[in-house]
Amino acid sequence: MNLKLKIWRQKNSNDKGKIVDYAISDIEPDMSFLEMLDVLNDELINKGETPVAFDHDCREGICGSCSLFINGRAHGPDTGIATCQLHMRKFKDGDTIYIEPFRARAFPVIKDLAVDRSAFDRIQHAGGYVSVNTSGNTQDANNIPIPKENADTAFDSATCIGCGACVAACKNSSARLFVSAKVSQMALLPQGQIEAKTRVLNMTEQMDKEGFGNCSNTGACEVECPKGISLENIARQIREYAKATTATKK
Amino acid sequence: MATLDSKIPAGPLKDKWTNHKNNINLVNPANKRLIDVIVIGTGLAGGSAAASLAELGYNVKAFCFQDSPRRAHSIAAQGGINAAKNYQGDGDSIYRLFYDTVKGGDYRSREANVYRLAEVSANIIDQCVAQGVPFARDYGGLLDNRSFGGVLVSRTFYAKGQTGQQLLLGAYSAMNRQISRGKIKMYNRHEMMDVVIVDGKARGIIARNLVTGEIERHSAHAVVVGSGGYGNIFFLSTNAMGSNASAAWKMYKKGAFFANPCFTQIHPTCIPVTGELQAKLTLMSESLRNDGRIWVPKKKEDAEAIRNGKLKPTQIAQEDRDYYLERRYPAFGNLVPRDVASRAAKERCDAGFGVNKTGEAVYLDFSSAIQRYGKEQAYTKGLDENDKELITKLGKEAVANKYGNLFEMYEKIVDQNPYETPMMIYPAVHYTMGGVWVDYNLMTTVPGLFAIGEANFSDHGANRLGASALMQGLADGYFVLPYTIGDYLSDDIRTGEIPTDTKEFDQAEKEVSERIEYFVNNKGEHSVDYYHKQLGKIMWNKCGMSRNENDLKSAIEDIKKLREEFWKGVRVPGTSKEFNEELAKAGRVADFMELAELFAIDALERKESCGGHYREESQTEDGEAKRDDENFKYVAAWEYKGDNEKAQLHKEDLVYENIELKTRSYK
Repeated sequence: MNLKLKIWRQKNSNDKGKIVDYAISDIEPDMSFLEMLDVLNDELINKGETPVAFDHDCREGICGSCSLFINGRAHGPDTGIATCQLHMRKFKDGDTIYIEPFRARAFPVIKDLAVDRSAFDRIQHAGGYVSVNTSGNTQDANNIPIPKENADTAFDSATCIGCGACVAACKNSSARLFVSAKVSQMALLPQGQIEAKTRVLNMTEQMDKEGFGNCSNTGACEVECPKGISLENIARQIREYAKATTATKK
Repeated sequence: MATLDSKIPAGPLKDKWTNHKNNINLVNPANKRLIDVIVIGTGLAGGSAAASLAELGYNVKAFCFQDSPRRAHSIAAQGGINAAKNYQGDGDSIYRLFYDTVKGGDYRSREANVYRLAEVSANIIDQCVAQGVPFARDYGGLLDNRSFGGVLVSRTFYAKGQTGQQLLLGAYSAMNRQISRGKIKMYNRHEMMDVVIVDGKARGIIARNLVTGEIERHSAHAVVVGSGGYGNIFFLSTNAMGSNASAAWKMYKKGAFFANPCFTQIHPTCIPVTGELQAKLTLMSESLRNDGRIWVPKKKEDAEAIRNGKLKPTQIAQEDRDYYLERRYPAFGNLVPRDVASRAAKERCDAGFGVNKTGEAVYLDFSSAIQRYGKEQAYTKGLDENDKELITKLGKEAVANKYGNLFEMYEKIVDQNPYETPMMIYPAVHYTMGGVWVDYNLMTTVPGLFAIGEANFSDHGANRLGASALMQGLADGYFVLPYTIGDYLSDDIRTGEIPTDTKEFDQAEKEVSERIEYFVNNKGEHSVDYYHKQLGKIMWNKCGMSRNENDLKSAIEDIKKLREEFWKGVRVPGTSKEFNEELAKAGRVADFMELAELFAIDALERKESCGGHYREESQTEDGEAKRDDENFKYVAAWEYKGDNEKAQLHKEDLVYENIELKTRSYK
């Protein structure tokens, strides 16, 4: 396959940045999108130019490092995948492909296509945990039975890989889906109940502080989420938040 | 000079750990506040260690090269975590987990370490559940288990095919709690460039901020490294792109011995290589071998027809299929350990029975499982067991419930539907049992320098059993290191903060900066990957699944030559004072180039076959690995003697007092 690439190049967070055109040829349909970028980078290095910076690590759709806004879609033209799982067979010979970083005020560009998603970490610091010491002196794991349905639903929420596609896909740059996934996981498990109220309040507060927008129910996040985290999580977060704010004591 | 003292406590096996904990020194809570600990890596081992040390009261500085600790490659572990809970009542016990692990490792691990691992395994599950890790459960609300290779009980806890993710997010959440309390200072996008030794003790590191390129000095009273394994030495592996051996290698060059570097795990069920430009291989969880049956065609002409695209696997009759694992190993069948399964696949493919266009693939077939589950479902639901279509439909649903995400992953990559046609798989580099030598306290031969998780060598011998890596990472980080490090640090309560304006830090920083400047100023002509790929080929072809004296000797020469070419010809674009991925890669590959040589030397030295290390010169009549306990029942620990000097071999004799050494048989 021969392709035209239009890639966002930006030296650092202070640079203005612009789209730069590249042509690439002899791409195999079985290659992954990131392998295609590897080929481009190898060519650029051989020509003495600076390769395109992008985040990536596990390349099997689980670490959440890779991002990329491809032809106007977070993780490109397929659903249920991270960019590393996108294959070139999803494109046609001669296609023009726009490649941009995930854009949001809370995700400043570091260089080219790599963005700073530490806002997500800070939201987790605010309450994404159960306050239990790792002493090994907890009770036996089977002491509290958990209905299979709850455990399975909690797992579904917990599969979030923290990639930020929900934010990139949202016209408001809202991080609701990300935050609600963690809140839901904990809300569905007995272990998360003790701190449920402070958790939802603190995580929501931190989310707002980071400069993410609000949710206006467009559902774009759910469509682009590589792990299929559902909007039900957002509904649950709102219920949890309502419960926490109407309670007499925080 | 450092000596090899494994510091295994005296007394009966089952009391060693308890007695040791009762007798080692402790640091009182007030004094812990005066002590700093650096943790490198935030996977299961590093993440759990950082959280636990901070909970105890130490001041922790944690470093990861990724943009968040949650992205460490433990996240990609699929199948599960072992624990001797015996929830299934199928005869499991601490002893049995210990025994299986030592046997699975082909009797090349330390009894006392493995017993301790089995002992704390049950606590790991309790701990994770308390943290909110959503393990798979049964309808009664209790935890479910499945079984993995090399064992005869069901002791593996899991969360679909994402167990590593859930466990790592558990450790990450424990870290987050400590970060929010200010007890962990987290350094994302930072790479450890060297360890700093002051008066013979590890007292800090030189790190590089990968965003700004700045070189930083960090001091501490102890340095803990949980930086993972070195599988990427093969270029293609199931490791993440950034996984590297640099932290471990710097430790080696600063005096820590490196143990059994040639012990590599080649995982039998990975998606086969498709092309030259491939950058990474993907694992299909070993849990698939619970239900999938592995086969190749019985007739060579069928295999050939398949390779040419003239025949489909589904067209081959049952009697024309060779379920070679079931044939060769009737007792364990498809659930033999990884090293055995990998070699058997290679044997069939080398003999001309491989199935994809490269001839390097075998089938992993779920059609039997689909029928079996379908009938079971139909029976339970009172439906017609003779309705073939219904059975297949129900069976597929049952298989999807168990392995759905893995099947999807396979289809995304290969573009074939594994519910309809068997998966194609082939062995790929996955894990390294070798690593930095540590004593019972997980301390290296350098005082104050600790290695945990895959970065150390201790628990898996010559072959790791499935679902044991997660167990070891969390055992080291949550339950072993937090105790043992106290014994060392109890001498440091009056030391005070370690200054970084000393000549040791000056010298270490100077060396780091010089190397970085060399790379960005070198007028080379090829990219880092160009050399890394060549290194990978040497390693795969000559130090891979099957090794012999000639190949290993020539590999050593090839590696030396390639290393020279690399230093002369590598081109790193950009500067040292910016986000520069190529520069980071160059440093990692430079270290791989050195480790590779030691790897081959170690493989050459060990003339026996054991576990994943298969020497063609040492095999039984039917081609099984032949161990030589008389001459090789030791840990090979290598000491760095200088760049142009031969590393010195130290042998730690392995003593088996509780397990009788036997020929490992899965027949």
